[in-house]
Amino acid sequence: MKPLYLGSMAEVNPEVMAHLRERMPFAFGVELRGLALPGIDFAYDARRGQYGSIPALEMLLARCPTDALKLLAVTECDLFIPALTFVYGQAQLGGRVAAISLARLRQEFYGLPPNREVLLQRALKEALHETGHMFGLVHCADRNCAMSLATNIRHIDAKRAEFCAACAARLLRRPRE
Amino acid sequence: MKTHWQILVVDDEEVMCESLAAWLREDGYLVDTAPSGRDAVEKSRERDYAIYFVDLKMPGGMDGIETMMQIRGLRPEASIIIITAYATVDTAIAAMKEGAQEYIVKPCNPEEISLLVSRIIRVKNLQRENAILRKKLTRRYSVHDVITKNPRMQEILSLAAEVASLRSTVLIQGESGSGKELIARAIHNSGDRAQKPFVAVSCAALAETLLESELFGHEKGAFTGAMQQKRGKFELADGGSIFLDEIGDISPKLQVDLLRVLQERSFYRVGGSEEVRVDVRVIAATHVNLLQAVAEGKFRDDLFYRLNVIEIRIPSLRERREDVPLLARHFVDRISHELGREVNDISEGALKLLMDYNWPGNVRELENAVERAIVTCRGLTLAEEDFSFLAHNGLPGRAWAAPAGMTLQEMEKHLIAATIQSTGGNIKESASILGIDRSTLYEKIKRYEIPR
Repeated sequence: MKPLYLGSMAEVNPEVMAHLRERMPFAFGVELRGLALPGIDFAYDARRGQYGSIPALEMLLARCPTDALKLLAVTECDLFIPALTFVYGQAQLGGRVAAISLARLRQEFYGLPPNREVLLQRALKEALHETGHMFGLVHCADRNCAMSLATNIRHIDAKRAEFCAACAARLLRRPRE
Repeated sequence: MKTHWQILVVDDEEVMCESLAAWLREDGYLVDTAPSGRDAVEKSRERDYAIYFVDLKMPGGMDGIETMMQIRGLRPEASIIIITAYATVDTAIAAMKEGAQEYIVKPCNPEEISLLVSRIIRVKNLQRENAILRKKLTRRYSVHDVITKNPRMQEILSLAAEVASLRSTVLIQGESGSGKELIARAIHNSGDRAQKPFVAVSCAALAETLLESELFGHEKGAFTGAMQQKRGKFELADGGSIFLDEIGDISPKLQVDLLRVLQERSFYRVGGSEEVRVDVRVIAATHVNLLQAVAEGKFRDDLFYRLNVIEIRIPSLRERREDVPLLARHFVDRISHELGREVNDISEGALKLLMDYNWPGNVRELENAVERAIVTCRGLTLAEEDFSFLAHNGLPGRAWAAPAGMTLQEMEKHLIAATIQSTGGNIKESASILGIDRSTLYEKIKRYEIPR
């Protein structure tokens, strides 16, 4: 079976990547491989002071290893799409690439002292969520499920770092590549 | 189930259009995009979108307001959200005046847009549910809504349509759960009385005195507890139809009262002296063999002939097994929607199991079985194991017990009479079921003096 690549940009704390590498394979039952990725300065929008997630995904597609089942990238840059003020992450629904941003997952973003545990939990939930989209899952009505829609940080904290039974069953039924 | 609803995003900036569409697709909606107002109007002609996100400023001579007005002309029910990067109070007021449901400024907060969409969809879901309930009330029981491809059932439906506008009494015979009330409602709804009341009474559910008061009403003080005058079901059904279910269970006294109503179209309330005249079409139903009850002296023959002006015999579900897959699929569609479950199909294996089952409770039992399977089903398709409970219900049907104290000849006579009755007098079909040729059957009919 093809591996799922976990891409890290230079600025990302290795501890976050280690946490994701340790916890993610259980949810998807696939091998996880690390991949070093370049930064996304080219996607910077000076007017908004943020990074466009669409050009970032285009770069990921170009960099996606040929043997990759999927590629999930992690960045510290605050991501946006033109219609919205920000996104925690973005994925090609049913596609090969996705990205998550740690910028708004940090307590510091909200004027609070840093909290390592909180960051690791939030990062894992977002990584599961965007990877779930790559496997074709859409948002789940179960607020505890990792696939539930989060439009603010409270939503992310309220859900669990795992899939509900229905989403887990859909993942199990997916065609194997 | 969000996937039923479709959204159209209209914006001349491709990246804006596609990124918003992709974000909405992650929420489970089917989302299309259009690069101009003209394209949006064309697409709205082809497809009924629930929500339109329309950019206010678009080139090509057709801005967001003009696009919205044209779409509203085609789809008055559509919810249109105007989006713009240049918010002014004037443009917002203009958009709302022309019928925009909301007005948002881009870039928009994800929480705001998510709440907006879910609020609109909640209203759309309620509107759809309302429409379904209305349809159920008004159309569910029309002749065209009865699901069957069985030739005998189709004959029954043709007959029901033919007699719908007559005033003649109808007697519907069939096993419990075979759809007697459904046919009664279909007759009522297909005729001149459709806009008038349809009043259903289960004669088996009430004691004699209660049933009498229920059917004919009572005067104040007619009996202990009769605190005020009450109109009976016959009066309530005036101008329409009354459906008397389980008519075979009524007492001899009520049989006489009913005969009088059928003959004279009038009656007296319990304890009353004033004659009440009504124009009611009587549709009666029974699961017992009324002819046999007449022969045994349990049911008045004059009432039987009054009721049996138009006779309809509904076959049991096991006599129309070809309808089982049609009905099962219909129930899956309807019940999964009603219960909000995502079950959308039934496997071939499960259908075979349902076809092989004997259905002593007929269509009602099948409906209940599908509902139970949907509730416990873990996948999107009902499988054989979802119907495993049917095995505990005694598959393949109830055990048959021989009536005690009967000679072989008597049993043969009863069997032939019952078979002829169940086929509606069709000799060829009866002979085939009994496993004898037609000439032998004619000979036995003659010998046993069996009525046809």
